[in-house]
Amino acid sequence: MYLAMHMSDGLVNAPTAAAFGVVAVVGMAVCLAKARADLDDRTAPMAGLVAAFVFAVQMLNFPILPGASGHLLGGALVAILVGPWVGALCIAIVLVVQSLLFADGGVTALGTNITNMALIAVFTGYGVALALRRFALRGKGGLTATAFLAAFLGTIAAALGFVVQYAIGGQGLALGYTLALMLGLHALIGIGEGVITALTVGAVAAARPDLVHLLRGAQRPLELRRPEGSAA
Amino acid sequence: MSGPATTPGSGRRTARFFAGFLLVALLAAGLLSYLASPEPDGLDTVAQRGCEVTEVDGVERLTGECIAQHGTEHPFAAGPLAGYSVGGDERLTGAAGVLGVLVTLAGAGALFWLLGRRPAGRPRD
Repeated sequence: MYLAMHMSDGLVNAPTAAAFGVVAVVGMAVCLAKARADLDDRTAPMAGLVAAFVFAVQMLNFPILPGASGHLLGGALVAILVGPWVGALCIAIVLVVQSLLFADGGVTALGTNITNMALIAVFTGYGVALALRRFALRGKGGLTATAFLAAFLGTIAAALGFVVQYAIGGQGLALGYTLALMLGLHALIGIGEGVITALTVGAVAAARPDLVHLLRGAQRPLELRRPEGSAA
Repeated sequence: MSGPATTPGSGRRTARFFAGFLLVALLAAGLLSYLASPEPDGLDTVAQRGCEVTEVDGVERLTGECIAQHGTEHPFAAGPLAGYSVGGDERLTGAAGVLGVLVTLAGAGALFWLLGRRPAGRPRD
């Protein structure tokens, strides 16, 4: 049996696939333009490694229910480690490699898959992480909790992205049932996504907090003690 | 957590960290992948809802009414690495995974290196 993890061709009709192809191309063009500012001697190789890491961990399907599994999407993970613009490009590259080389995820479905995982999951995850940034800067507990929540909600948002695309141009199952099933299963997958994201971000932050995009600009990343004289 | 020992700047320290990160990815794709659940993922589970999946000579057939029924075969389904196998041999998933990690690293690394370059003579900001 093929290991298949993403939408295949034909799940939504051609106009829908084409429309989300345009969304994906425009989104990636914006990311390409914005990513420059986030890339330098150290963050460029880091981003390459983050993409390779996401490819690897996406292969590791974990059981969620009898007969069903889930795997990392990686949206919040890349957003926290390398920022949303570079991170979205990381996920898109992974999806292109998976589709063209491993026949995982359709070719005409790249638009919908990139929209859901490289745009929706990444930017939802980043939005959540940014909203909780002050909490994340307080210490390892705050950072891992932020990573977990960002990953969980990013996964749910990506699942909703599929439901929207299915509502526009899909057929085969009642829409309400599709929505309920997608949300239920991805709430479970989101827990796994959250655990993997929290563990990975925690490990990178412990070794090299300066390489965690979300912590950048903080005076002293993850320093628990406040500078003398500052009010608590 | 970030004492003087973790101050950025040491190129060798950064290289060591990157090497460790790559090693983790290679181990995940090359070895841990054998422990991955073979069950369909969340999306596939939903897509196959309503259908019966039967396998005839290694080819999956769907009977009934479901989302996946409308899916078409992947244009590269016969490719050498299709389905994270090597030439259809799933015992070599680890090798396919390692190759995927290296290809992704090369592609992403090249793109980000190009994007991160600054014109000569202009200081990085």
